[in-house]
Amino acid sequence: MNSLILNAATRLLVALLLLFSIYMLLRGHNLPGGGFIGGLIGATGFVLYAIAHGCGATRAALRVEPQGIAMAGLGIALAAGVFAVFFGDALFTGQWLFIFTTEGDYGLPLSSVLVFDIGVYLVVFGSILTIVLALEEEV
Amino acid sequence: MVESTGGVPRIAGGLAGWISILIPAVIFAYLVRFVPAIAAGDAVLWAYDWVPSLGIRLSILLDGLSLTFALLISGIGALVTLYSTRYLGNHPEYPRFVLYLLAFMVGMLGLVLADNLIALFVFWEVTTLSSYLLIGFTSDDAKSRRSALQALLLTGTGGLALLAGMILLGTIAGSFELSVILTRGEMIRAHPLYVLIVILFLAGAFTKSAQFPFHFWLPNAMAAPTPVSAYLHSATMVKAGVFLMARVNPALGGTDLWFWALVIAGGFTTVFASILAIRQTDIKQILAYTTLMALGALTLFIGAGTADAIKAMMLFLVVHSLYKAALFLMIGIVDHKTGTREAEALRGLGRKMPLTFLGGALAAISMAGLPPFFGFIGKEFLYKAGLEMGTATLWITGTIFAASVLMFAAAGISVLRPFTGRPGDTPKPAREGPWAMVICPLILGAFSLGFGVFPDYAEAWLIAPGTWAIYGDYSTEVEIYLFKGVNAAFILSLVTFAAGASVYVLHRPLRGWLGRVCAASPIRFDPGWDRLLDGVKELAAWQTRYLQSGVLQHYLFVIFAFLGVAVAVTLWNREALAFDLDLAAELNGLVFKHWAVLVFVSAGSILTAMTSSRMTAIASLGVVGIGVALIFIMFSAPDVAITQLLVETLVVVLVAVAMLKLPHLEVSTRVRDTRLWHAILAIGMGAVTTAVLIGVLQGDIDRRLSDYFEVTSWPEAYGRNIVNVILVDFRALDTFGEIAVVVIAALAAYALLRGTHYMRPGGRSAQDRPR
Repeated sequence: MNSLILNAATRLLVALLLLFSIYMLLRGHNLPGGGFIGGLIGATGFVLYAIAHGCGATRAALRVEPQGIAMAGLGIALAAGVFAVFFGDALFTGQWLFIFTTEGDYGLPLSSVLVFDIGVYLVVFGSILTIVLALEEEV
Repeated sequence: MVESTGGVPRIAGGLAGWISILIPAVIFAYLVRFVPAIAAGDAVLWAYDWVPSLGIRLSILLDGLSLTFALLISGIGALVTLYSTRYLGNHPEYPRFVLYLLAFMVGMLGLVLADNLIALFVFWEVTTLSSYLLIGFTSDDAKSRRSALQALLLTGTGGLALLAGMILLGTIAGSFELSVILTRGEMIRAHPLYVLIVILFLAGAFTKSAQFPFHFWLPNAMAAPTPVSAYLHSATMVKAGVFLMARVNPALGGTDLWFWALVIAGGFTTVFASILAIRQTDIKQILAYTTLMALGALTLFIGAGTADAIKAMMLFLVVHSLYKAALFLMIGIVDHKTGTREAEALRGLGRKMPLTFLGGALAAISMAGLPPFFGFIGKEFLYKAGLEMGTATLWITGTIFAASVLMFAAAGISVLRPFTGRPGDTPKPAREGPWAMVICPLILGAFSLGFGVFPDYAEAWLIAPGTWAIYGDYSTEVEIYLFKGVNAAFILSLVTFAAGASVYVLHRPLRGWLGRVCAASPIRFDPGWDRLLDGVKELAAWQTRYLQSGVLQHYLFVIFAFLGVAVAVTLWNREALAFDLDLAAELNGLVFKHWAVLVFVSAGSILTAMTSSRMTAIASLGVVGIGVALIFIMFSAPDVAITQLLVETLVVVLVAVAMLKLPHLEVSTRVRDTRLWHAILAIGMGAVTTAVLIGVLQGDIDRRLSDYFEVTSWPEAYGRNIVNVILVDFRALDTFGEIAVVVIAALAAYALLRGTHYMRPGGRSAQDRPR
């Protein structure tokens, strides 16, 4: 679609949408958001990009095949789940590490749960783009 | 082809050949060690918990019956595999053949040794499947494929019936262990489901052992390589049905139903098959029909059920396995070396193939029932048991007499005629087979003679323990002997020989006459089977045409209509429609924002339904979705609202992309008709969904889970967004499954889109429309 306004706006919007999607992913554990929503927002950004600049440019911007992203996400989620087994816990038990803790404050929590959520993010992101790009190229 | 180098025999087929011979030979040697214990009346039980949660145990019951079978399977198995090294050793697919054959052997051994009914069934199916692969081994031959499929479908269907019967039997007996079930016969026979169990078991056994009217697959199965016919379709697999009936005889036998079902089916199969045997000209087919006859006789005598009958059945089982395997192997050598199996083409082979003749003759004399061979003893005891039956004496004795006469003639046709007389022309010049093949019928023939001369060994090792196990009484006296004075059975034997010899002399005109009679008979099983299969295919094609219209709208209509009706019926049946709803109060509770969303969603819905433009429909559907998202926000579910909003946006984009390329929607009268139906369906679905939602609100919501997550979300999972904590921590395994589905769906969609892309140049792709 050749639209100057869309083209110009897309440059800004895609960056914002991607940033926002990561923000949604990270805040998800305590506030509305999470990997699923984050992945949807991120995918929306690229769908917008595809409408404005075409599928070829989108694939170039992604650098990786979207189905590869989806599968990598699945692998990361699985790894996050299997991770617990090395600590003697059941599969998919969350593992937590708190750094910079002070009195009365948890500090910065790092967890396998976040890794799992990143996996979900990538799966949703990659799957939607796989379908959308294939569909747009097909019709 | 040099047979040996430096005295060490070389086996054709290489490593696979050696493996195929050694495995059954080792099993045979191992099993022989159990003979003394079993002969003393013991039974060996061994068990391993396979699927403990379902009560499935891999348990082994080694008693007289299973040991006899296991020895036949492994012993004849060793000979057949040795024979196959030369018969098929140069075949490019020989290792595959060995794999199938060994898989079959394991299945068959498991079948006869299993103590657990479910394990028995699993092995039963292993034999069915491996038999399918073996019959269809020459898979480039359409006839062979058809025969394989026919055997699979028939015995497989019987197998399903058997499974149902086994589950019923195990449930009412309170155990799936045969060793337990066999002691609870009285309780089982008194149960109201007994009749059904017998019918299901016999469906399994009759199809497997090719009893009338399921007999026709067995002669067709002769499309298999001859060693397979010798092994599966005479000595072992087809006897699995007989084995099953013998195995459960103590539990299910002894009733009128059992008696008449087996005696009539077995007797009829016996006579029917022996007459058809005379009609054949292909010697392998003659042997196939005499095998049917033997299976019928075995069934008949299990049904007869007296101690004498069981003893005779056990005896005949061993007799038949020994001579029939030998005869099949003999005709295999003849076929291999002369290129034909036609009785009319083969004459005077004896001089060229003396050892094959000897092996075949030993077996054929046993089959004809001449003294001092084992077959003579078998026939004497069949007569004796038949003559001393209280009921149905005439039917049983007559059946066996007719069968014995025709067997005598069949033995003559399949061995005496081809090997004697003046040598004729054969497609290949006849010469003696290699030692690995010739030795097999010789060994089996030697056993037929040896057990005849020394029947005490056969009695002590095999017949007596087997009889005890089937009859379920370990004090039964079993004595077999070659000759014990002139009695009724002996006189009947002499008459048999005279009649058999006459039939042999007259067999050619008889064959012509039988051919004319059969041609005039209106009932044909094999074409009938084809018609049945064609009928099934037509039915499938009809229902596919009817249900799979290829129009997406129809599919969606059927799916939603079914869903709506199913839910409505359920609501009606559960009396969930009695709402306690104060509509006026509910409406009064609505404020402006509720009304606004209501109007928003309703307007979107109406526009979607009414518009004739696709783009408008899609966009207004998006409006509906956004309205729903607003409702989520109002009721404090921001996560769900965001997801809804995003999904809605993406769906509109996706559908719009696809729809842009479609032609303009034409509004025709036909479409107007269907739109009416669609409207009815849509309103119905809406009503049902509303009813369900109101119904949900009527009941008390079980808050146990919600409370648990609310309490534990922060202390245990360090998260305040409960929805997300559930998704990524509490129920992470579920989420993992879901994202896996998402990936699979995406890849499937990708493959579909790309797949049709490649096919585009040829017009519509094959997947577009189901045929």
